[in-house]
Amino acid sequence: MLQDKDRIFTNLYGLHSPDLEAAKKRGAWHLTKEMLDLGPDWLCDQIKASGLRGRGGAGFPTGLKWTFMPKEVRDRPHYLVVNADESEPGTCKDREIMRHDPHLLIEGCMVASRAMRAHKCYVYIRGEYIAERHALEKAVKEAYEARLIGQNNLNGWDFDLYVHHGAGAYICGEETALLESLEGKKGQPRLKPPFPANAGLYGCPTTVNNVESIAVVPTILRRGAQWFAGFGRPNNSGTKLFCISGHVNKPCNVEEEMSITFRELIETHCGGIRGGWDNLKAVIPGGSSVPMVPAEQIMDAYMDFDTLRDLKSGLGTAAIIVMDKQTDLIKSIARLAYFYKHESCGQCTPCREGTGWMWRVMERMVRGEATHDEIDTLLDVTKQVEGHTICALGDAAAWPIQGLIRHFRHEIEERINRYRQPRALVQGAVIAAE
Amino acid sequence: MALRRFDLEAGGDSFAFKSETEEKIAFWRGKYPADKQRSAVIPLLWLAQKDNNGWLSEPAMREVANRLEMPYIRVYEVATFYTMFRLQPVGKFHVQLCGTTPCQLRGAERLKEVCKKEIGKPMFVTDDQRLSWEEVECLGACVNAPMVQINDDFFEDLTPESLSAILGRLRHGADVTPGPQIDRVNSAPEGGTTVLTDASLFDGSRTRVSALPNLPKPPEPTPEATGLPEADAPTNTKREEPTSKEIKS
Repeated sequence: MLQDKDRIFTNLYGLHSPDLEAAKKRGAWHLTKEMLDLGPDWLCDQIKASGLRGRGGAGFPTGLKWTFMPKEVRDRPHYLVVNADESEPGTCKDREIMRHDPHLLIEGCMVASRAMRAHKCYVYIRGEYIAERHALEKAVKEAYEARLIGQNNLNGWDFDLYVHHGAGAYICGEETALLESLEGKKGQPRLKPPFPANAGLYGCPTTVNNVESIAVVPTILRRGAQWFAGFGRPNNSGTKLFCISGHVNKPCNVEEEMSITFRELIETHCGGIRGGWDNLKAVIPGGSSVPMVPAEQIMDAYMDFDTLRDLKSGLGTAAIIVMDKQTDLIKSIARLAYFYKHESCGQCTPCREGTGWMWRVMERMVRGEATHDEIDTLLDVTKQVEGHTICALGDAAAWPIQGLIRHFRHEIEERINRYRQPRALVQGAVIAAE
Repeated sequence: MALRRFDLEAGGDSFAFKSETEEKIAFWRGKYPADKQRSAVIPLLWLAQKDNNGWLSEPAMREVANRLEMPYIRVYEVATFYTMFRLQPVGKFHVQLCGTTPCQLRGAERLKEVCKKEIGKPMFVTDDQRLSWEEVECLGACVNAPMVQINDDFFEDLTPESLSAILGRLRHGADVTPGPQIDRVNSAPEGGTTVLTDASLFDGSRTRVSALPNLPKPPEPTPEATGLPEADAPTNTKREEPTSKEIKS
C-alpha cells in the first residue's frame, strides 16, 4: 500500500482548502522557477527517466511525446492543450484534481509548456463539470494575481493559461476531435498524419495531454525521477489514481501504487466486494472501452498496463467497474453499446452504422430473442468496425462486446435457449415449482 | 450518433443577451486570438442557453453567429452536435439522469422510475414549468453513482427516496444541497477515509527541500578558466626548432 508521504494528490478528497496558500503549503509551486530554468532537454529527460506513461488511456510515454514537438519555435507558436474532457464511463479522477488540487495542474501546465517551448495552454474541460470549471478558473485567477503565471511573471517563462469548455460530447476526448472542438467546430476526429505535434490547434504544433499526466509532473521533478520510477513493476512505474465503481462496498477514488493487486486495492480501500469475493463475477478494469475480465483471472492480477494487456484487456484510465454475480452482464454491455451508439460522431460509416447495429442486436440478446449463430455474426461485425475508423471510438465500441462474448458466451446462449423454450413448458415448470 | 432537430415554433423571432452577460462574453472572447474568435462558439452558445431559460432557440443561435461573424449553418452544426445544447424548452429545473453502466449497476433504473412517476416522460415539462428530465450519458461521477445533474449541480449517491425528496423540494421552491446525499465527503469512501491522514503533508514540510534532485552535472572547467596547462599536452612546444645548419655546425 502506498504511504501517505508518497502521495502526489494530497487533497484528493477536498478535506483541505484548494486555495493557493494551502496548495503552497502542500508543496505546490515550490522550486518551479528552478525547474523552468533548467530548460526543455532536462525536463523531457527527467520525465522520460521517471517512466511516466500517459494517464488518459493509451499509456504512451509522456516524456517521449513532448520530444515530438519541433526543437525551435519558428513562425507558428507552440500550444499545450490539456485534455480535461473526462467522459469515459467509470472515470472521475481528473474531476478531483481540478476541483481540489487545481494548482498542481496549473503548475504542471507551466512546466510542460516550458518543456515544449509553448507560451500558451488551453485546458479543455467537459461542459458538465461546471463547478469544477469555476474552481479551476478561480485557481487560475489566483495564480495570475500572485504573478506565478502570465506575462513577466516571477517564474521567468511567459505563460498564459486559458480554460475552455465543451458541451457534452464524449468524442471530444479524442485529441484531434478536441482540437476541432476548440476551434469552434463539430468534434469530429481528424485524419493523422499530420500529427498534432506538427499541425494541431490552429495549424500550430500542439501536444495534447491528460490532466493527470500533467498534474503529476511538478512533483516528479521535485522528488526525482527515480522516486517515481520506484513504484510499480518495470515499464509500469509510478502512482496512479484509481476510480473504483460498481459493486464494491465502498466505491471511491484513491491514489495507489501501480501494479498493486486487484484484491489488495479493493480490500484496502473499498471494503471488499459486495457479497464477498465469491460473489465477484467480472471486472472492467480500465473504463468502459476495455474488454471485461472474469473474476478468477482478475482477482490476484496486478493492476498495470502490461498485466492487463496480457489478460486481453487494458488499464485504460484505471477506472475499475466491478460487477457481482447478481449483475445481468448482457444488459450492462448492451447499455455500453447504447452509449457508443449515442456518442459516435457520425463521420466514419463503420462506426456510425455499426454502433447502432451492435446496440440493436445486443438489446435483442438481453431478451434472448436471437439465434445462436447471431452471436458469431455479432462478433464478426465487431471485427469489421474495429480498426476501420479514423479514431479509436470504433475499437472502443467493439471491445466490450468482444470481451462479453469471449468470456460469457454461455450466458448469452443460455438466455437464447430459455427464450426459445416452448412457452407452455416454461409455464408448466413454474406451476410444478409452486 | 444522436439525431437532433430544433424547435422552431417555441423559439419565437428574437433573442437578446441579458446586459449582465456582456461581461462574460467579453471574458470568453478574450481567450482566443483575434482571428480565431470562432473558438468561442461553444461558450457563447452556453451563455445564450442560460439567458434563454435553459434551452437554445434558433434566434439565439443566429445572435451568436452574428457576434462571431460565422455562417449560421456552422453554428447550427455545433448546436445540434453537442448534447448539452437543448433544442426544445425545458423546465426551470432540468434533471439530467446518468444512465450509463456504472450508474446502472448502482440503481439508476430505479431513479428513472422516480422521474417518470414524479415528472412524466423524458423532456416533458410539468404544468408549473418547474421540472423536466432526460436520460444522459456518463456525467463523470461514477464513484458516486447513481447521480443526476440538476441545472449546474451534481446530486450524488442517490436512492429513489432521496431523489424523490429533492424533486419535491424543487417543485415547492425549497433549497437543496448538491453533492453526495449520504454520509461521505466527495469521492472518499463512505464513512471516512483511512488515507491522507499524515499531518506532515499539510504543515509545509514538503517545502523544506531547498534544491531539485538530478541536477545536470556542471560542465568540466576549461583550461583557460583554471589557468592550468592541459593535461597530457607537451610543455616544450614553444621552443624554436634548431635549423639544419646549426645542427651541422
